[in-house]
Amino acid sequence: MIRNIIHRIILILVIVGLALWVDLSDEIKFTNPRDGSILFQLNTTARLGLDLQGGLQVLLEADLPETTRITADEMETARSIVENRTNALGVSDNKIQVAGDRRIVGEFPGVEDSDAILDIIQQTGLLEFVDTGDFRPEEGSILQTDYGVDSSTGASPATNGESEQPVYHTIMTGKDLRSVAVSPDALGTNYAIDFTLTAEGAKIFGDHTAANIGKILTITLDKRVISAPSINSAIPDGAGQITGSFTSESANALAVQLKYGSLPIPLKVVETRIIGPTLGADSLQRSLVAGMIGFAIVLLFMGIYYRLPGITANISILMYAVILFAVFKLIGVTMTLPGIAGIMLSTGSALDANILVFERFKEELRAGRTMRQAFGQAWSRAWPSIRDSNIAAVITALILLWFGSAFGATIVKGFSITLLIGVGISLFSSLFITHSLLALALDVFKPKNLERWFGI
Amino acid sequence: MNILGKRYYFFGLSLLFILIGLAIILFRGIPLSIDFTGGSLLEVRFADQSPETGQIYEVYDGLGVEDVQVQTSETGSYIIRSRFLENADRDAVLAALGETIGAVDVVRFDSVGPSIGEQVTSRGTLAVVVSSLLVVLFIAWSFRGVTHAFRYGICAILAMVHDVAIIFSATAIGSMLWGWEIDSLFLTALLTVIGFSMQDTIVVFDRIRENSSIHRRLDFETLVNHSIVQTLQRSINTQLMTVEFLLLALAMFGGVTLREFAGILLIGLLSGTYSSIFIAAPILVLWENREWRTWFRKPAAA
Repeated sequence: MIRNIIHRIILILVIVGLALWVDLSDEIKFTNPRDGSILFQLNTTARLGLDLQGGLQVLLEADLPETTRITADEMETARSIVENRTNALGVSDNKIQVAGDRRIVGEFPGVEDSDAILDIIQQTGLLEFVDTGDFRPEEGSILQTDYGVDSSTGASPATNGESEQPVYHTIMTGKDLRSVAVSPDALGTNYAIDFTLTAEGAKIFGDHTAANIGKILTITLDKRVISAPSINSAIPDGAGQITGSFTSESANALAVQLKYGSLPIPLKVVETRIIGPTLGADSLQRSLVAGMIGFAIVLLFMGIYYRLPGITANISILMYAVILFAVFKLIGVTMTLPGIAGIMLSTGSALDANILVFERFKEELRAGRTMRQAFGQAWSRAWPSIRDSNIAAVITALILLWFGSAFGATIVKGFSITLLIGVGISLFSSLFITHSLLALALDVFKPKNLERWFGI
Repeated sequence: MNILGKRYYFFGLSLLFILIGLAIILFRGIPLSIDFTGGSLLEVRFADQSPETGQIYEVYDGLGVEDVQVQTSETGSYIIRSRFLENADRDAVLAALGETIGAVDVVRFDSVGPSIGEQVTSRGTLAVVVSSLLVVLFIAWSFRGVTHAFRYGICAILAMVHDVAIIFSATAIGSMLWGWEIDSLFLTALLTVIGFSMQDTIVVFDRIRENSSIHRRLDFETLVNHSIVQTLQRSINTQLMTVEFLLLALAMFGGVTLREFAGILLIGLLSGTYSSIFIAAPILVLWENREWRTWFRKPAAA
């Protein structure tokens, strides 16, 4: 029926063999046979989404006015800080991703007690260097600053009526910190925190200190005053020291908070989802059973209704499933309930392509064409509708993917990714695998009795 | 088989179903979930107690949390909806529940800030509009060789609008009977149905496209009817036998979380097949015949 049939079958067997190997292994590792060094390593354990194993999902949003522009770099820095902080809690397998312009989505599988995680994330650790003029605030007191409120260049202190607290101007924030270290001060009884600034920060700091000698520069962490030194001289080189009544311990704690906690932007929790472990496990098991039942009915139906072509389609669909899961494992797709639904739908789409072809095949045979003619016609005539309908599905999946990514709506994203990959592989399965297998089967069996072999 | 001859019956059937849903929405409002409105959903289970819902209301009232609504689920858990709860608020609620009622177990907790809800609604609508528009443009382009190619695109939109209306109607009915809600999973289902409704319509239209170049002499109505009948077996087999089997299994045996999703998909995909045969193709014929000219005229004496 088709040329190079043997080559095609070998190619299919190789692909399915490789896919099976990926499906069954938890890790792919290539070692150099000479020295045993690892050339390539990929963890391919199946990843389950929160809805299937339980856990916590939080959506964080930049706590700044809508009009404030936030760069992608700042979001990325904030993301890695959140990751560092939560990793420090010893939670494994968590996933922190930037979603859209101003949001970060964090997923913590298996976590039941969300408090510890939310606390450490929300500890923004926003370090500010505040110009308080001649006023020396008390250590530990709360200071109102203009950072993140409005882009005011206003003079400090700006008082709005007597009952209102004064609002002071923030000169720069922790995002301009380059490095932080703890050292004992000159006397050796107290500890101080040495910091260096980025080039930009050094310029701002240099200019400000030069212009405000004798004034107070207050350092606050999350609006709480840590220390309020007076500026003794201009500091142009971008290196400085925070002194206060620090012990070795408290200085180190602060240094860590400054290093990992100097979030470039304050974050607030705008969405929390907790899925209990029993709900997740229940959903997984039931959905798997449901999937098996549905799949078995479909295979049975295809075999009975379409006979020989139906059986080749069944083999092709099973191969499709094997390849699909291998691809999921290779690129690390997280399995979620909507993801499973996406797989089911793309399986439906794969079946649809087969059914379109077979209906056409039967039609051509009924019209009295020879086996070879009917076989050729079936695929070429069914192709335009398979092509167009799959393109329509891909368009929808792409829009969904965009929507899901921008909102940290991981369920929507999971669905669209599995649908997208599924549609791609389903095309390969129906157009290449079924085509080749049916051609081979027709060559081998040379069916004459149309009723018995095709159900006509 | 003359399917097109009964086209007005099929239009009527769809209209009836849509109107029922519309009436429910008018009286009860659209059942939007906290994904769109913002707020909290706390599902809890009590270890050895099954308190009256009034007790839960009291606990929330005591803490000053507004807009509380308590539901019991079929699995014996309590689903409590309220305004957006911060982490600290939730801890307070759980502590109070544990104190006044008994040991409490969190099954699920969702809390969505109001600003997020608004954005999800507007962007979600945008996603639906953009994707359907793109698909229609694609159809119009794909059928560019046929006379009145854009009519195919418009009819595909109408079929799609029909399916969307059916889904909303079904969800409204579901909200009345089983407390279904429009959440972000609903949006996923909606977009899937749009995609596959198009797929179905395209298969039928593709056959009309093919037949119109073979049977040039045939009048349009016979041609379309012929095309529908030719693709009928495929439509039934694909939709009813395969996709619906998978979804039916999911709806019947799948986990609670997926049941509503599978149910909506089931109805939506069914409607997608129905609309491609009984709505999209008949409207194409209706347009060709310009039947609206006779709609408001009294039927001529036979």
